[in-house]
Amino acid sequence: MNSDAKNSNGLVTGFIKKYNTYIMLAVCLIVCMSISPDFLTPINLLNISRQYAGLTVVSMGMLMVIATGGIDLSVGSYVACGSVVAALLINAGLGLIPAILVDVALGLVCGMLTGVLVAKFKMPAFIVTMAMMTIVRGAAFILSDGSPIKTPSNTISQIGQNNVFQIIPILFVLALIVVAIFSFILNHTSFGRIVLATGSNQSCVRMSGIRVDFFLIAVYAISGMCATLGGVMAASRTGIGTPLYGEGLELDAIAACVIGGASLSGGVGSAVKTVVGVLVLALISNIMNLLSVPSYPQDVIKGLIIIASVLLQIFTSPKKEAA
Amino acid sequence: MDSEYLVEMDNISKHFSGVKALNNMNFHLKKGEIHALIGENGAGKSTLMNILSGAFQYDSGCIKIEGQVRKITSPKVSRELGISVIHQELMLAPHLSVAENIFIDRLSSNGGIIDWKKLTKDANEILTKLGFGDINPSAKIMDLSVAYQQVVEICKSLSRNVKILVLDEPTAVLTFNEIQKLFVLLKNIRDQGMGVVYISHRLEEVFDLCDSITVMKDGCYVGNYMANDITKDKLIEKMVGRELTTLFPKRNAAIGETVLEVKNLNAGRMVKDVSFSIKKGEVVGFSGLVGAGRTETMRAIFGADKRDSGTVVYFGKEVTFKSPYGAVKEGIGLLPEDRKQQGILLEMPIVHNVTLTALKKVSKASVIHRKADETLAKRILKELSAKYHELSDNASSLSGGNQQKVALSKWLAANCKLMIFDEPTRGVDVGAKSEIYKIINDLAESGIAIIMISSEMEEIINMSDRIYVMRQGRITGELPKEELKDVNIMKLCVGE
Repeated sequence: MNSDAKNSNGLVTGFIKKYNTYIMLAVCLIVCMSISPDFLTPINLLNISRQYAGLTVVSMGMLMVIATGGIDLSVGSYVACGSVVAALLINAGLGLIPAILVDVALGLVCGMLTGVLVAKFKMPAFIVTMAMMTIVRGAAFILSDGSPIKTPSNTISQIGQNNVFQIIPILFVLALIVVAIFSFILNHTSFGRIVLATGSNQSCVRMSGIRVDFFLIAVYAISGMCATLGGVMAASRTGIGTPLYGEGLELDAIAACVIGGASLSGGVGSAVKTVVGVLVLALISNIMNLLSVPSYPQDVIKGLIIIASVLLQIFTSPKKEAA
Repeated sequence: MDSEYLVEMDNISKHFSGVKALNNMNFHLKKGEIHALIGENGAGKSTLMNILSGAFQYDSGCIKIEGQVRKITSPKVSRELGISVIHQELMLAPHLSVAENIFIDRLSSNGGIIDWKKLTKDANEILTKLGFGDINPSAKIMDLSVAYQQVVEICKSLSRNVKILVLDEPTAVLTFNEIQKLFVLLKNIRDQGMGVVYISHRLEEVFDLCDSITVMKDGCYVGNYMANDITKDKLIEKMVGRELTTLFPKRNAAIGETVLEVKNLNAGRMVKDVSFSIKKGEVVGFSGLVGAGRTETMRAIFGADKRDSGTVVYFGKEVTFKSPYGAVKEGIGLLPEDRKQQGILLEMPIVHNVTLTALKKVSKASVIHRKADETLAKRILKELSAKYHELSDNASSLSGGNQQKVALSKWLAANCKLMIFDEPTRGVDVGAKSEIYKIINDLAESGIAIIMISSEMEEIINMSDRIYVMRQGRITGELPKEELKDVNIMKLCVGE
């Protein structure tokens, strides 16, 4: 707790500032619990955990990119392409694990290409990843011929439909592991520290003798990899790979990072808080589904709540001192 | 009410957060004269003109415009009084045409509809009147040379009934022929009865162009001279000459083998045929006026900018650094001039700043060992006697001097063999200054070769074993310790 706070008023504002993201989540939880009796049921909660595991993994990659001050609009397309390629590889007779590894490796290579264009050719990340968004989505349609690809029931869907200890979904555990890894990278490794430093002041990092290009390429590669893994997770829930997955998912991932306190200009970002961001999005959608709000008003409400939560953050975060 | 003077600024004083930028400064501009305002870097020339243009408010003093006392409270007031300041960075829209730029704030007189024919004709009239009828009013600004862009900027001012034109270092980016054209234009303006204030570091230009000269030093008025009555040598003497203080600690460093030898280095427009060398334990100063190419030279050696030709020999081995990564790996450090942009991670914790170049030392298999990280940071910050509250505070919470120490700390953590300091005490208070000099001395005594770029005469004379002076991208001279005098340096700076 803030030891500098002299009075209770200071304590309270200090507390709000420090934990604003979590307070937001708590408010969402309380609202959800109070307006729908179906919310706090094991079936509903397990459903949420399965449904949003993929977005969590995709958001982790996005977070790394945003931490450098970049953006990756192509993640939704990677999800689609990742699901299609995984299904194709499995149907071609490749084992489950090798298929996933090859698929994720492809995502990594595509992400690296994006990174090279951003780092070496100084193209704006917004433009490069927007182009990659249509390229990769197009590739998914070409590879699948535009139709869903079914997989045998004893393969990829085992991941999506089975549980650990009969109760915890495998997807949820997988997402937890990924979050733990990214949280560790950002907080305890030189890689994470340089990624954040690059977002904070790229020319300072460069002048300190650090190969900024390497780190920029790496974060886009990581994002490609995470998004492809997100595609595998999406395919595992249905057993189907389809080029229609992940439409607009990049916006959810960006929103999760921003609600989690990441700055779009880089230098600030936390893996755990990004998960909170995903949860806020998940709760909003879930409660509206439980209340049978039709899908179009849902979009409007979701957008408004994103604006409200970011506004709340701006008002409660410590003001930067004029230097 | 008719006065001989267009501008009379008397006893103007101005403080910036406790530092006196101007102290009872006087400046008088007559009608129909070109008046040079000269002084060293940081003497307060720009501050004075910013007060005239309404960008800054003065603390005390009196300003009369055409004999009448005026309060210039904002740039708008200044413009209405007929004052126009043209800065080095031009305020033009590069994608618009010459005519559009000249009349940018009154493109149409007709309910928002532009009469293109009239606009072009009016622009052409103004240009022709000034002797630049060859500039096409429909040409885009971005297609013009810098000199012509400047002419357009001047036309823009003149089309607004300007009586007082201030030019801040207008020739820094111009070629010889372009300068001649500009001079013709300025003399033309003068002959029409307007007043021109001309700020420049180039003394030969001042004598070519100006009628009278006001010299200022450390924010104070030194004197006003007619250009015909004073020699260049006398003028240089007036610009420098101050007592030395005991700001500078003694150094006792053994000078050893050659660390760096640069031969015929060329890079871009700002570095031309530069050759110099430096030995272990030596502090070599680089003097020159702002824009002389000193920073660019060091950036080219460091790998931050591209190098066109020339060789760099480092510890007897020829090296080419494609990026700072290579230079830092070989033990070269550079403390940049622009601290906030390049020197420091303002919104990151202090400890992250200190160990940025030494992450390998505090981590195993790239996992950072938190204790080691903090211990190293604490040790180095103690060496620098930097003051901070918590290691986890953001660097932006520190004062300028302590920020500079944090920027410097990462190079101490990296164990450099050659340190390049670019304006190491800019924006740093006197106390911290002395501490930074002490650090530089300690580094030299431990056998590190030190290059110090500085525009502060006092600093460079007292800190350097010898200095190189640069002017317009070239080294114009090397001065050994015995010849380090203000006048000698200033002569080389201005090309005497």
